[in-house]
This record gives sequence, C-alpha cells and structure tokens, in this order.
Amino acid sequence: MDLNEISIKFRSLPQNVSFARATLGAFLTQVEPTVEELYDIKMALSEAVTNAIIHGYEGNGEQYVEVKCSYNNEKEIVISVKDTGKGIADIEQAKTALFTTMPGEERAGLGFTVMESVVDKVDVESTVSVGTTITLHTKL
Amino acid sequence: MITQIKNNVLCVTLDGEIDSYTASHIREEVDRLFQINRLTHIIFDFENVTFMDSSGIGLLMGRYRNVAIGGGQVVLIKVRPEIDKVMKLSGIYKLIKNYTDEKDALAHL
Repeated sequence: MDLNEISIKFRSLPQNVSFARATLGAFLTQVEPTVEELYDIKMALSEAVTNAIIHGYEGNGEQYVEVKCSYNNEKEIVISVKDTGKGIADIEQAKTALFTTMPGEERAGLGFTVMESVVDKVDVESTVSVGTTITLHTKL
Repeated sequence: MITQIKNNVLCVTLDGEIDSYTASHIREEVDRLFQINRLTHIIFDFENVTFMDSSGIGLLMGRYRNVAIGGGQVVLIKVRPEIDKVMKLSGIYKLIKNYTDEKDALAHL
C-alpha cells in the first residue's frame, strides 16, 4: 500500500524539466534519501521527462507531461512519466546506448542507459501515435 | 556561466544545473564566443555544477567535434564525484580529459 503519492502535470516545455526535478526532490525528502540517492532519482527523472518533451512531443510545447510519484513504508519509490506523443516504435533500439533518432541535435543517446544505471528497474510502455509511459522503480 | 579568453583558449566556468534547457543556452554562447574570437581550445570548469544529465554529454560531444575540426581540444576541470558518474558512464573521457585545475589543463593544451 502506498503511503503517499503525488501527481503533477505540466506543459511539455524544456524549462519544466528542472521544475519536475525540484518538485519530486522536495516530495521525496519525506523518505529521507541520502544526497546520492536523491541525485540518482533526479537524474533518472530528468532523462525520462526530457525523453517525453524532446522525443515524445518533438519539441511541441503545447502538450502535457504527467509525472506521478509514490512511496511506501519499505521506501520503495515508483515514478511514472507519461506523454501522449508519438510513441517509440522499437523500445529495445531506443534503450541501446548511443542510439539517437536526433544525431543533428547533439543528443547523446544515453537517456535509457543513464536511467537503468541509477534506478533498480525501468519499464517502458509505448504505442506509436498514442504515447509513452516510463516507470522508474527504486528502493532506498 | 562566466567566460574568459586566455590567448587561444575559451575558459567557461559553468554553474548550477545542466539539462536540455540550460545546455542549449550554454551551446549558443560558447559557440558564438569560440567562433568570433577564432579560438582553438575550450576549458570547461565544472566546480560549481550541481547537476548534469545526459544532455550535458551531448553538449560536450558537440563542442568536441567543433573544436577538433580546427585541431583544438576540449578539456574539463574540477568535475565533482556525482557528475563524474555520468561522464564515466558515457565513455566521454576517451575524448575529453579531466584535469585538477586550470593551470594543469593549460599545461596540457
């Protein structure tokens, strides 16, 4: 059973990535993470939200990204980042390090690699033209 | 961000959080100064950077490509442990070296 949960929804603008990090950071102080644990969570979140804005919506700032975050008594944290953008055709390919659909945009193609290295588990559900939900699981 | 020009080197002192939003501003300013002053190398000082996601890696890789065309180097100084983690994960140290301070970096350019 979740002990607490928040849901935030914001326009798909790049300046909102730092807002999402700061908001979740403030919420998660309730579970007293270490500085390093909180940094890792913010890192994974940053990659997931950037993915939604840059890839899901391809820079269209008139759409919305929804982020939910919950934790339980065991300090298991679940964060989901949902967009209703273009979706990911090949999830395995998207997860490959250095793969990017935007080489001209100076994207490093490391989003999923970073997420998977800093949290326990990353789930991706995606349907082309419907959207993508990335769920991050981690236990403190 | 504070920038200084020392001979043919652009010294960039970064601060705060580097993500896709701030990286695009840093990119514009660094490229502008590098081009109009016809410089050769770039030093990025990371001492005051508190957060960086993989957008920062894209930023550094892009500057590396631009600078390498003219035979120059991009180097980093004072990378903090939490930022070092994503640098190591990306393998960027194969292209861009990290030095203790500016004096040390300048000696290697």
